Amino acid sequence: MKNKGEIYRISGPVVIISGLNTKMYDVVKVGKEGLMGEVIGIEGDKSTVQVYEETSGVRPGEPVENTGMSLSVELGPGLLESIYDGIQRPLPVLKEKMGDFIKRGVSASGLSREKEWDFVPTVKKGDKLNGGDIIGTVQETQNIEHRILVPPTISGTISTIKKGKFKVDEVICTLEDGKELTMMQKWPVRKPRPVSKKMTPTTPLITGQRILDGLFPVAKGGTAAIPGPFGSGKTVTQQQLAKWSDTEIVVYIGCGERGNEMADVLYEFPEIKDPKTGRPLMERTVLIANTSNMPVAAREASVYTGITIAEYYRDMGYDVSLMADSTSRWAEAMREISSRLEEMPGEEGYPAYLAARLSEFYERAGKVKALSGKEGSITVIGAVSPPGGDFSEPITQNTLRIVKVFWALDAKLAQRRHFPSINWLNSYSLYTKALGPWYDEHVSPDWVKLRNDAMELLQKESELQEIVQLVGSDALPEDQQLTLEVARMIREYFLQQNAYHEVDTFCPMDKQFKLLKSIMSWGDKAQTALEGGAAIEDIMKLKSKDDLAKVKYEKEFDTALGVILNTMEDEFAKLKR
Amino acid sequence: MTKEYKTISKIAGPLIFVEKTEPVGYNELVNINLPDGTTKRGQVLDTSDDIVVVQVFEGTGGLNKECGVRFTGETIKLPVSKDMLGRILSGSGEPLDGGPRIVPEDRLEITGAAINPYARLPPKDFIQTGISTIDGMNTLVRGQKLPIFSGSGLPHNEIALQIARQARVRGSNEPFAVVFAAMGITNEEAQYFMRDFERTGALERAVVFLNLADDPAVERLITPRLALTAAEYLAYEHDMHVLVILTDITNYCEALRQMGAAREEVPGRRGYPGYMYTDLASLYERAGVVKGRKGSVTQFSILSMPGDDITHPIPDLSGYITEGQIVISRELHRKGIYPPVNVLPSLSRLMNSGIGATRTREDHKAVSDQCYAAYAEGKDLRGLVAIVGKDALSERDKKFLEFADMFEDRFVRQGIDENRDIETTLDIGWELLAELPEAQLTRIDNKYIQKYHPAHRAKAEQKE
Ligand SMILES: Nc1ncnc2c1ncn2[C@@H]1O[C@H](COP(=O)(O)OP(=O)(O)O)[C@@H](O)[C@H]1O
Ligand SMILES: [Mg+2]
Repeated sequence: MKNKGEIYRISGPVVIISGLNTKMYDVVKVGKEGLMGEVIGIEGDKSTVQVYEETSGVRPGEPVENTGMSLSVELGPGLLESIYDGIQRPLPVLKEKMGDFIKRGVSASGLSREKEWDFVPTVKKGDKLNGGDIIGTVQETQNIEHRILVPPTISGTISTIKKGKFKVDEVICTLEDGKELTMMQKWPVRKPRPVSKKMTPTTPLITGQRILDGLFPVAKGGTAAIPGPFGSGKTVTQQQLAKWSDTEIVVYIGCGERGNEMADVLYEFPEIKDPKTGRPLMERTVLIANTSNMPVAAREASVYTGITIAEYYRDMGYDVSLMADSTSRWAEAMREISSRLEEMPGEEGYPAYLAARLSEFYERAGKVKALSGKEGSITVIGAVSPPGGDFSEPITQNTLRIVKVFWALDAKLAQRRHFPSINWLNSYSLYTKALGPWYDEHVSPDWVKLRNDAMELLQKESELQEIVQLVGSDALPEDQQLTLEVARMIREYFLQQNAYHEVDTFCPMDKQFKLLKSIMSWGDKAQTALEGGAAIEDIMKLKSKDDLAKVKYEKEFDTALGVILNTMEDEFAKLKR
Repeated sequence: MTKEYKTISKIAGPLIFVEKTEPVGYNELVNINLPDGTTKRGQVLDTSDDIVVVQVFEGTGGLNKECGVRFTGETIKLPVSKDMLGRILSGSGEPLDGGPRIVPEDRLEITGAAINPYARLPPKDFIQTGISTIDGMNTLVRGQKLPIFSGSGLPHNEIALQIARQARVRGSNEPFAVVFAAMGITNEEAQYFMRDFERTGALERAVVFLNLADDPAVERLITPRLALTAAEYLAYEHDMHVLVILTDITNYCEALRQMGAAREEVPGRRGYPGYMYTDLASLYERAGVVKGRKGSVTQFSILSMPGDDITHPIPDLSGYITEGQIVISRELHRKGIYPPVNVLPSLSRLMNSGIGATRTREDHKAVSDQCYAAYAEGKDLRGLVAIVGKDALSERDKKFLEFADMFEDRFVRQGIDENRDIETTLDIGWELLAELPEAQLTRIDNKYIQKYHPAHRAKAEQKE
């Protein structure tokens, strides 16, 4: 067998070739137009290839060539602010080369070969280097310093190191054994980048979303899934996380979803300022957009492309978060390819290796000590789109077996425009305990108790609701009516958060604490008043209660809350008399 | 002339299997010559050195192993021209109106390449349909794909036509067109559309593709693609704003399922092919606005939910792709309310970018959110009242219960020719909200309450 073969059969994105010497995951160039594909099966002298581009018109007998390389991404300065398709082709470059519509047979490298970057070395001649070490920096965007890493597989002693302006493929460093280093390295996407060791996550990812930070936090380096039927808020939540999370780098993967949603992000992110740095969000973001109508094999690859880029920034010592919207479309891409291969189907037609692929993916999240010695993390948040909104299906179930945080979206809540429509009774976070000390130190020693009390009230509410369904709320004893009211306040005033409101869209930890504390203390005071003989009707009519409803929208939150707390004191004092 | 093969080895459902061919391209267009001199068309689904699988659009009725098969060497293309406007074509693009063949200005691939997401412009131009439940609660914008989820016997056709008649982008009189594609609907239904198009003069600005219930099912797989190709041509080459109505998506999906079964594929959920999501996306995603081009493609398709079940794979997969859905309710229809739109499960995902101070009115979002919350609560209480009776409700709850009734009666209900502007719609919303205690309007900023709430409005207007 040789390096050139020919096409034997074509069925959509799956092409079978004969007479070509291949290894699994080799990238091959298929047909006269050299369409990019990847070997995903080998039998006898035939190899099965998934092709990343449209295959209409391609014929049996056309030539196929093996590049001998695995599907890889280019890593180096210039990733930030980029938007790629599933195989790291920059969409602006594709637009320039082939117009508004995605045609095929066009290759485009992930990193620009034209652009020059100012490289400042941090090592010198004679230094010994190991894989993953930092040899210098480039200011990639105003706030992100790109640390140039030795590829993990290379080590040696520096014989020359340069300083100044270079393109990503120019040599900046040579080793004594003659190896040459550039600012760019390639890495095969299906292979996790090595780390020195994995660590336990202990810091929360602060998202500015009250129900997430408050009730079901995810740790930096943790994993979360957000399953829900269509229209329940997966995408908006993921975008909110991409906008407001306190990570340094964001990788956002639009995997098999809508084109307009990606266009939205592209228009919005350059305009929105990172609350921490004041710089446009786009400067810390890498976008991967392989929409539902783009080739399905490239959709399958998009998730790997994204996580590899995330690992690369993690290795520099950054906290990275990765959103994949939606992992179900990725799994479906696997199913589509698998069924064309006529593989033995597993549950609901998904390939038998589905669970393994999902856990391999989420396993690439984590807090780590990188090869360079720096600490970095990847938080992975995957949207799941269960058919018919039924969480018992294989993707949701397999995902929940792996991830530590479950944000259960609820169509009923979405229908009444309770957003984020995350069900507070079904969701969970397995990090709350581990993060406790962090809250004590950075928010308040009261925080954990406050949150537990709120959760307890919500739990109680749902029990009481069952009774109300039978007898009506007026039949309840007064203290239980009050419980219902305070629970309602927690839901409406605290949990509900409007992503489209200029103030409410992002809520810092301190504000979350004060808001929840005020609501709970209103509840305590009301309880005391009730016990002191005040009438429930009078308590319910207090202005301070209504004022608390809208205080979250105030630009001058502290001032406004101060006024309300005073009103509250006065009102309850009067009630007593 | 390409070579003719007489090597059909097998005919199964809509598929034929052809042996011993020269290399044939994937997706290539195929002509099949019958012994009686007629020709059918098909498309290559699978091709190899040994065997080529072809799906025959007009169905395999009348075919036998003696038929001649010619591979044309090219994929399916639609001849397009501005003169298509006013024409009625078959589900495979042949004139049905006795007019001449289209003299093409161009011939376009009907599969249509994906719009590069980087080339898209986020849609944001508010389309006023004159229907309150849509404009007020689930706003449509230019370039959106927003289907109607309906059921058999419900007035979705009336609603689609009312929208086709009334839809306007306010303050604009840019050229617009309608592309209408029928897939497997009855002749009577098709006539209903045609008559309305003729009556209102819309036909002159319309291109109609008809695949009716008694036309071959496989043809339905290309009908919407022809329609969308025509729409894109008018939008992107002739700067028109095109409204595409595809009806009924469910019939399309049934054809897809039939084809999958014929190919003996492993079926997905409820027998529909595992790739149905991707296939539907290749239709729905052909809506949008492209940077630097004047026209746009808006899709307002009709989908009937089998058994009124929104979790059925057809509405389910559609909802995952489209930018929302307008859900028609049998319950409201039974109550005699037109248009029977159930706003609760309805959604327009692009609403937020199409409304607000500069587009509709500053209080739009707040009014809509508050109406949603109040109506949802009122509807829940109906359930409770059925068990415990109205007297067990608190005063507050009674107000919400009444709100739900009024909302259906005054906001949802309107005439089939009643064209409400957005201000009217929002003002009706306010009138209803004013019946609730003001402290309950927790979704609305106080400044809007001061300005628009009927109790304050007179004062606010005096001040101005
Ligand atoms: N936090 C939120 N605040 C306000 N509106 C929201 C929020 N989350 C979701 N929505 C509304 O719900 C709609 C559907 O949300 P989306 O995230 O697109 O759902 P999914 O991705 O689950 O289909 C959005 O268009 C928006 O109107
Ligand atoms: Mg989504």
